[in-house]
Amino acid sequence: MAMLHTVNKSPFERNSFDSCLSHAKAGSSILLFEDGIYAVVKGSSASGKIQKASGVSIYALGPDLKARGIGEDQIIGGVTVVDYGGFVDLVTRHDSVQSWL
Amino acid sequence: MKLAVMVNEGPYQHQSADSAYQFIKAAIDKGHEITRVFFYHDGVNNGTRYGIPPQDDRNITQQWSELSKKHGLDLVVCVAAAQRRGILDADEARRHGKSGDNIADGFRISGLGQLIEAGIQSDRLVVFGD
Repeated sequence: MAMLHTVNKSPFERNSFDSCLSHAKAGSSILLFEDGIYAVVKGSSASGKIQKASGVSIYALGPDLKARGIGEDQIIGGVTVVDYGGFVDLVTRHDSVQSWL
Repeated sequence: MKLAVMVNEGPYQHQSADSAYQFIKAAIDKGHEITRVFFYHDGVNNGTRYGIPPQDDRNITQQWSELSKKHGLDLVVCVAAAQRRGILDADEARRHGKSGDNIADGFRISGLGQLIEAGIQSDRLVVFGD
């Protein structure tokens, strides 16, 4: 049962990202979009937590990175940047979707 | 694949209405079927045609109406959430003795059962919200 988790709030605003990380099982994926993308900015306290989530694939929505002036060189390694089409593919490729609101 | 979408946040609040719209457009472009878009909580505010955003800004409600017209999208507004927030169609306005209705083109008011039905009849349910 591969699950896609989505997080749309900044880890510095809500604890949805932390909740998501502690529930995501190996083999599942996390898509960060809207303010959620701040979790993968290099050097932030939140990005360090991602490295502990082993076996979980991390994705970030490119248009939302761009809208916030964050270049792909400013995010941590191991994160796959996708567009809205990629978002749709992630939804269909996983068995279910959990939106952490 | 059959996809249902739920929107729990009003337009111009944060970004959820825009994200849901872009997601749906991308899904349609990829040949997926959007079985229903269900608007709940403050999301029902997407369905008023009385919003007048500045001319250089996007009109989110109009975007929904146009997308619905083009692709036959079923845009459903939760009746209880809508009544609380003053979103009315002609029937609801008459029933409650209000002077007019404000539901936008392509939207219809119905119950929470429509969300459950969409969840059952779709392969995935994607939630956008606050």
